[in-house]
Amino acid sequence: MNGHAANGSAVEQVNGHAAEVAAVEQAFRPAPFNVAAVRRDFPILQQQIYGKPLVYLDNAATAQKPTSVIDAISNYYLADNANIHRGVHLLSERATAAYEGAREAVRRFLNAAESREIVFVRGTTEAVNLVAHSYARPALKPDDEIVVSVMEHHSNFVPWKMACEATGARLRVVPITDAGELRMDEYERLLCDRTRLVALGHVSNALGTVNPVADIVRLAHARGIPVLLDGAQAVPHMAVDVGALDCDFYAFSGHKLFGPTGIGVLYGKAALMDHMPPWQGGGDMISSVTLEEVRYNTLPAKFEAGTPDIAGAIGLAAAIEYLNGLDRVAAAAHEAALTRYLEERLSGFPDVTLVGRAPGKAGIVSFVMSSAHPHDIGTVLDHEGVAIRTGHHCCQPLMHRLGVPATARVSFAFYNTREEVDRFVDALARVREMFG
Amino acid sequence: MSDLRELYQEVILDHHKRPRNFGPLAAANHNADGHNPLCGDRLTVHVDVADGVIRGVSFEGAGCAISRASASLMTDAVKGKSVAEAERLFEEFRQMVTSGVDQAVEESLGKLTVFCGVREFPSRVKCASLSWHTLHAALESKDTAVSTE
Repeated sequence: MNGHAANGSAVEQVNGHAAEVAAVEQAFRPAPFNVAAVRRDFPILQQQIYGKPLVYLDNAATAQKPTSVIDAISNYYLADNANIHRGVHLLSERATAAYEGAREAVRRFLNAAESREIVFVRGTTEAVNLVAHSYARPALKPDDEIVVSVMEHHSNFVPWKMACEATGARLRVVPITDAGELRMDEYERLLCDRTRLVALGHVSNALGTVNPVADIVRLAHARGIPVLLDGAQAVPHMAVDVGALDCDFYAFSGHKLFGPTGIGVLYGKAALMDHMPPWQGGGDMISSVTLEEVRYNTLPAKFEAGTPDIAGAIGLAAAIEYLNGLDRVAAAAHEAALTRYLEERLSGFPDVTLVGRAPGKAGIVSFVMSSAHPHDIGTVLDHEGVAIRTGHHCCQPLMHRLGVPATARVSFAFYNTREEVDRFVDALARVREMFG
Repeated sequence: MSDLRELYQEVILDHHKRPRNFGPLAAANHNADGHNPLCGDRLTVHVDVADGVIRGVSFEGAGCAISRASASLMTDAVKGKSVAEAERLFEEFRQMVTSGVDQAVEESLGKLTVFCGVREFPSRVKCASLSWHTLHAALESKDTAVSTE
């Protein structure tokens, strides 16, 4: 402390302290996110809908694609297209290198131990079905149990329901609080010596709730139970480290991660997947075939029957590369600020009720409006250029639990802006004008 | 904005806010449940049929403005009509909201033509026709459930 401050007034000392705190905060505050710059990477956003600039707030359904992803797919077809593996010509070698390079990019993205633990599938749905078919069904016996939650997307509910119906096993469902959080006490209570697998969403697509996945995995592993996490709504918003999480399976879709449709990822621990029977039969998943016997290929080819979505994998790798070039912490902070701002503005609508009020939600604001049905909200908003999703969001058990037939859902990506939130709120005022 | 006004015409908004023939029907001898899985909407149509004539009709349930107004206007339109006339109206209504109809049919549909704008909104056609499908199911047989899927 210098002499001046020591002799100075109390006010100066307080101000000096405040400045110090501000400086420290500044040093730890993430750099402001440059939304204008990222928006230039997404040409689709620069268009008019019914004569008004598009406000795209349906990112949880599918995210838009940056130019680099579109170019990567286009360039592959323009210059490198060939079938992969076993081709002796240069194009096939280039295509194989790009496809396997994409696998390695996904491995690094998830921090998986080995690239053979990355299986390319069509999307999250197919990934969950693969595990249900090749891991769960062969293991399940009558009265065995699989633990899911009431907030699961149908994709992480129906495959388990089907596996249970086929084997006589039972589905146990973790309830949620009224705010939309998992009842962790109930979760722990449901884990028992009959539990064969836990299958839970990392982030809820309908509520935005971020589930405590580290605790979920730890509690299950303490009882020797493997865990599958549905990461479809998590990877677009946060860095996911499957190595640190120690989950046994992790699934996500390319198209929600700013990549193309038709490609997704199943991460699975090699120790488990090595012992799982193949799912589909065909090319690439075999090592040899005679009339008498088929020998299956090793991981990951064992689970990739037929010519895969090569361009999709290359596009997904380009999306990951794009994300790696962003400050993801700043992007997440930007999305969180948008979410808070929207919820603040909605608090001015007495006829709006938020559905899902878990702290630290991931860029999703679901709501109902007493004066208007979600479907009507969606149609009026569309005519104001604002795209949102309305309906049950493939979560009918959750809608039933919440006592609503449907909700209207805003879902953000890092390219959304405060001005877009204002446009949305203005459009919602128009809904109230019509139906209120 | 003009086409949005064509979808949400004043008559539709009025029937949405103040649905006619809404509630149970004590004398009903035909009932059916309708379900639109797209939006989770469910409605029930009650009909009292005697000698091939719809003596009474009502509906219950929750839904969007289009489905509610459509059910309300439908009950007004078919009350007192023969079952055959109601089925003909259903066919004409279905045509209007999917492919469009000529002037003669428009005249036959009367007030129901407020739903002609639905044709421009493919995602809303099911909302407008749910009540009609449900009425049809109620008339065809007793106590069944239909879905727009």
